[in-house]
Amino acid sequence: MTTAKAEELSRELLENVYELPHGEKINECIQCGTCSASCPSIAAMEYGPREIVASLRAGMLDRVLNSNTVWLCVSCYSCTIRCPAGIPFADVMYELKRLEVEKGLSKDSEGATMAKAFVETVDDHGRSVETKLLRKYFLRTNPFKALPQVPLAMKLFFRGRLEIFGRKIKGLENLHKMLAAIEENETK
Amino acid sequence: MNDEATRAYSYFPGCSVTATNRAYDISTRSVAGALGVELAELDDWNCCGATAYLPIREKRSFVLSARNLAIAEKQGRELATICNACYVVLRKTNKHLAEDPKLHEEVCQALAAGGMDYGGTVRVRHFLDIVVNDLGEEAIRSHVTRDLSGLKVACYSGCQLSRPFDDLDDPEYPELMGRLIGWLGAEAVPFPMSAKCCGGLAMTTRPEIGQTLTGKILKVAKQAGADCVTTCCPLCQINLEGYQGAVGAAIGADCSIPVLYFTQLMGSAFGLGQKELALKDSLTPVKALLAEKVGT
Ligand code: SF4
Ligand code: SF4
Ligand code: SF4
Repeated sequence: MTTAKAEELSRELLENVYELPHGEKINECIQCGTCSASCPSIAAMEYGPREIVASLRAGMLDRVLNSNTVWLCVSCYSCTIRCPAGIPFADVMYELKRLEVEKGLSKDSEGATMAKAFVETVDDHGRSVETKLLRKYFLRTNPFKALPQVPLAMKLFFRGRLEIFGRKIKGLENLHKMLAAIEENETK
Repeated sequence: MNDEATRAYSYFPGCSVTATNRAYDISTRSVAGALGVELAELDDWNCCGATAYLPIREKRSFVLSARNLAIAEKQGRELATICNACYVVLRKTNKHLAEDPKLHEEVCQALAAGGMDYGGTVRVRHFLDIVVNDLGEEAIRSHVTRDLSGLKVACYSGCQLSRPFDDLDDPEYPELMGRLIGWLGAEAVPFPMSAKCCGGLAMTTRPEIGQTLTGKILKVAKQAGADCVTTCCPLCQINLEGYQGAVGAAIGADCSIPVLYFTQLMGSAFGLGQKELALKDSLTPVKALLAEKVGT
């Protein structure tokens, strides 16, 4: 990826981050590493939260977005509550996820596939329906990975805890109108 | 504080309690009934968007939340939720709308396309907060009819309950649920994992991460001498109860321990029956535990 592309990614990210409540604080990062030390997913991430800010400053955000990092974030807010500079880092992660999806950089990510399947299910029903969500997810990733879920699914089934046919909300049509309306002036 | 009998809230059950985790919904309604708290289910509510919708379409996720808040606003009451993710997402929407008038206007225009409007006045509450802070110690104690003494409980609040807003409970070492458990007569064991994340959706998308995180929580609960773990979030509950075998194998420790909702434990202290608390839905031996220790 060219440097120009990396710069563009940084610029777009910062524009979105500045729109967040307290987003501008990202400029006050002192690289203390508290966020990374608090992150439950750090062991699996190629770049931890502190390194993400460092990459952003070095104009190398592309390496983060091309890595396995951002979808490993589980949105636990540990980084946010502990950051001495008051940076809402969990929300920065949401922005990174959106940017990655928008730029088509998250093709192989399980987390992104799950999130997209979730959005489709909710758009179809107005609610989330777990059986439909998981079917979509495993068909698009690796159906064999669904096998370890089978014992749990059986247990849930025998207790009547699986919803096989998702119900739709009554106001689905109006909800779709609302979503279409926000889409019209959606910028991100 | 109002008279107990007049307490009424709008109620947002959330998608995950309609089927898989209906025991939480059932036990919440039963406990509310016993306490004389009215929970009026929000008419035709929709999914709040949870943590998985936000990263794809942020503004659409605000519209999803705002539609629910708009329905609640018409009913003119506070909105009770029982899922940590719903609680955070609905509050986040409120906060973003309050701090960003332009966004509020855009969202209202979108709502108007479906014949709704939201002024921004609904206060979102977690049922745990309502029970502890609105009802309080005396009201809770006065409903206890069964003796829970001797029962040791690891109270698991989950990571999102008081984050990022940091106003309901301590975000690192929560104590709300522990206080409640004490009022019921049981003992809340010191449990430093109470606000550590269970891994959420990573249990499905990246099992190795989810299993390690959930494993630590269960292992420490056992080490702390707890007889059971209580939860206040359907997603935490399914991660903690649903995969104990795989989780134990992954971290090389015994992770088998009964996991139940705090509402199920409350109901059992209030003398409610197995059916009202949907104990048969449990994937861990909750029925046996309560039969032995409490006589439910
Ligand atoms: S905790 Fe905050 S200040 Fe410290 S490295 Fe992380 S983002 Fe920067
Ligand atoms: S919110 Fe994401 S980045 Fe922050 S500590 Fe949690 S998992 Fe790590
Ligand atoms: S502990 Fe798990 S289920 Fe609970 S709020 Fe955190 S990620 Fe969600």
